[in-house]
Amino acid sequence: MNFISIQDLYFSYADETDPQPHVNAVDGVSLTIDKGEFVAVIGHNGCGKSTLAKHLNAMLLPDSGKVIVDGDDTSDETKTWDIRERVGLVLQNPDNQLVAGIVEEDVAFGPENLGVEPGEIRRRVDEALKAVDMYEYREHAPHKLSGGQKQRVAIAGVLAIQPQCIVLDEPTAMLDPNGRDEVMNTLLKLNRERGITVVLITHYMDEAVKADRVVVMDSGRILTHGTPEEVFSQVELLKKHRLDVPQAAELAYRLRGCGVKLDKIPLEADECIKMLGEAMK
Amino acid sequence: MSCVLELQNIGFTYGLGTPFEKRAVDGVSLKIEKGEFIGVIGHTGSGKSTLVQMLNGLIRPTDGRVLLDGRDIWEQPKKIRDVRFRVGMVFQYPEYQLFEETVYKDIAFGAVNKGLEGEALDKAVRDAAAFTGVKESHLEKSPFDLSGGEKRRVAIAGVIAMDPDVLVLDEPTAGLDPMGREILLSQIVNYHKQRGTTVLLVSHTMEDIARVADRILVMNHGCPEMFEATKKVFAQGEKLREMGLRVPQITTITETLRQRGVNVPDGVLTVDEAVDVLLPLLKKEGRTW
Amino acid sequence: MVRDVAFGQYFPGNSLIHRLDPRGKILMFIAYIVIIFCTFNYASLGIVAAFTALFIILSRISPKFYLKSMKVILFIVLFTSVLNLFYGTGDPIWQWGIIKVTYDGINRAVFVTVRIVCLILASSCLTFTTSPTALTDAIERLMKPLKAIRFPVHEVAMMTSLALRFVPTLLEETDKIMAAQKARGADMEGGNPIQRVKALVPVLVPLFVSAFRRAYDIATAMECRCYRGGAGRTRMKSIHMSGRDAAAFVLLLLTLAGVIICNILIPSAV
Repeated sequence: MNFISIQDLYFSYADETDPQPHVNAVDGVSLTIDKGEFVAVIGHNGCGKSTLAKHLNAMLLPDSGKVIVDGDDTSDETKTWDIRERVGLVLQNPDNQLVAGIVEEDVAFGPENLGVEPGEIRRRVDEALKAVDMYEYREHAPHKLSGGQKQRVAIAGVLAIQPQCIVLDEPTAMLDPNGRDEVMNTLLKLNRERGITVVLITHYMDEAVKADRVVVMDSGRILTHGTPEEVFSQVELLKKHRLDVPQAAELAYRLRGCGVKLDKIPLEADECIKMLGEAMK
Repeated sequence: MSCVLELQNIGFTYGLGTPFEKRAVDGVSLKIEKGEFIGVIGHTGSGKSTLVQMLNGLIRPTDGRVLLDGRDIWEQPKKIRDVRFRVGMVFQYPEYQLFEETVYKDIAFGAVNKGLEGEALDKAVRDAAAFTGVKESHLEKSPFDLSGGEKRRVAIAGVIAMDPDVLVLDEPTAGLDPMGREILLSQIVNYHKQRGTTVLLVSHTMEDIARVADRILVMNHGCPEMFEATKKVFAQGEKLREMGLRVPQITTITETLRQRGVNVPDGVLTVDEAVDVLLPLLKKEGRTW
Repeated sequence: MVRDVAFGQYFPGNSLIHRLDPRGKILMFIAYIVIIFCTFNYASLGIVAAFTALFIILSRISPKFYLKSMKVILFIVLFTSVLNLFYGTGDPIWQWGIIKVTYDGINRAVFVTVRIVCLILASSCLTFTTSPTALTDAIERLMKPLKAIRFPVHEVAMMTSLALRFVPTLLEETDKIMAAQKARGADMEGGNPIQRVKALVPVLVPLFVSAFRRAYDIATAMECRCYRGGAGRTRMKSIHMSGRDAAAFVLLLLTLAGVIICNILIPSAV
């Protein structure tokens, strides 16, 4: 079922008085995201992926084109807050999204803004913290947590609003490998166990391969999209735009270029090992 | 080769003498040769940040000695600033330290503090800008008008302009996109080749370390767990994983194949190498068209 | 390092003091300040000290942290007490040149010291047992009447609470920027006063730039989480007065009464 529908979206940050040539940050994007999908969006800095993300919860409104969230147009000002309740946005720097000095009070911030009654807030906060495995830290001060933990608290803060979809704008860019794993596992769990739609914007291909669908953006447009297998087997296209490819895929692609018979391009190490192992037995 | 940095049993304890004492670095002894490219890895909290900050005297070891060209850097504590010009340090997210009105002035800040002036200063600034790819036309702009990636290059140039004997970089590619990472890394490699500066690169990105480092220092619980050639370190995947570290995906693939009896050498670090060793084997099996 | 300081920190817990209504705690703290400056003899000072000690014990927070919180202001305490020691009037007990120590001076020093120490302990007790959110929430409610004169009560409370939240983050950031500039040879320690002020520029400029960037991010994050001002907001932790609070107030009144009686019956020492 179609949950978010982006129709021919254009957006530019340039103001009218600026003599610089007019450049669109998002330059004609059409995309639909289904309920329960896990979509990864990749591309270089400045390719428009963050701008696109901010359109999904009405933080930005299109110059032209439309973004429809669950039947509501984001440009309709009477729907702004309904849309933000349904689509939560998590930002890159975990430090700058935690607003309270205690973890549980931070998670409560969203429902408090919605005027939820206290008992229900308590229930939602506890549940959200358990969902991201941070319940034991509920009384800690955020600045004492690790990057991965902070980001999980930020996710809990959005979960407590009970959205149907979470959009994350490079949530792992500032984290170490362990922090990245923590966040990624949390997102996969939320998607699989609770059916929450996830839109993950990332630089890391090892995260993108775990998604149901990958959208590659370049200069404000969609370069290609499809399942991870479909996208990452286009090694040449990705290389041409200087995007990363998982090493397993690159190896297979290079071997195939040298005439080795491989019927598909593997994305993860295990798959690659299995294929090569069979080829050499 | 001669040794540029020598650590003699150095250690550091935070909050020494308080109930909150914490041993961050514990008895590290090692020698770094002139012109080496060293990768430093270890999970967060392994003591690697504290260790590198002791190399230029930002943190004074609570025990042991740091020798730079054979002399204890704390011999004259008042002159510790001189050590900082010789051991340049680029912190994580260095773009947040920019403060001058122009890019040129910001790059010059360290070199001016070092005492450079006139033509020597101008040359140092322009050379440094060239190494990190800061455009000539940007030099007179405000650093705050640049993009994130450009700011970072300015910040790194600011340390390079001091022309240090040793350059320490803490996660220089963090938060950059794949293209930005790639470019910055090759600029560092290029700088190392041309100037012959000793480089220490602290990173979580094993693929990067595998590509550029001669030797790797693995820190774990404040101690150096390994300090060996890159190939030898990454050949010990199991041991690294126990320390919460990983190896490049390509190394995992070849190592596992080797364990399953495929005849590949250990310590394959890049896709190029992997293609070179696997292709003849696959040809022999008649797997090519 | 600055951020290791316990002063102003909150320690989550479930003690009697933790569970007191934050509004009550703030009002009591204000009353306490008044009372402590009404102590004029050792008996009344003793009563206030005993009251303070009782609250500290009831807060169930290790005395270690209370001591640590005093470390910050130790210098001020020492300075003022020494100053008072030499400023007494009356017959000198000990004299060296123009410096003389009198009974009066000793009395003054003791009073000033005990008053300041009690004040610090009490304020630590307040912040240790009350989360910043609860504190600002309470201030917001106490100041509600000011809304009538268009004072932006909610906004002020929200700003205070955000400021408190970001104090440790910005301190950490200051440390990082200082280290980075020192690594570029910035001289932070030496020089005359003008040079020292100039040496702060490389730290302050990046700090301000970063604070603005953070402020922008926080505003975005708050909007994303449906924040639209104080109207219609609810609170997870609803606060209400109970028997405990009444008991605490009675205790404070008894202390006040004790201090007044002592002041009437016993001649003042200062």
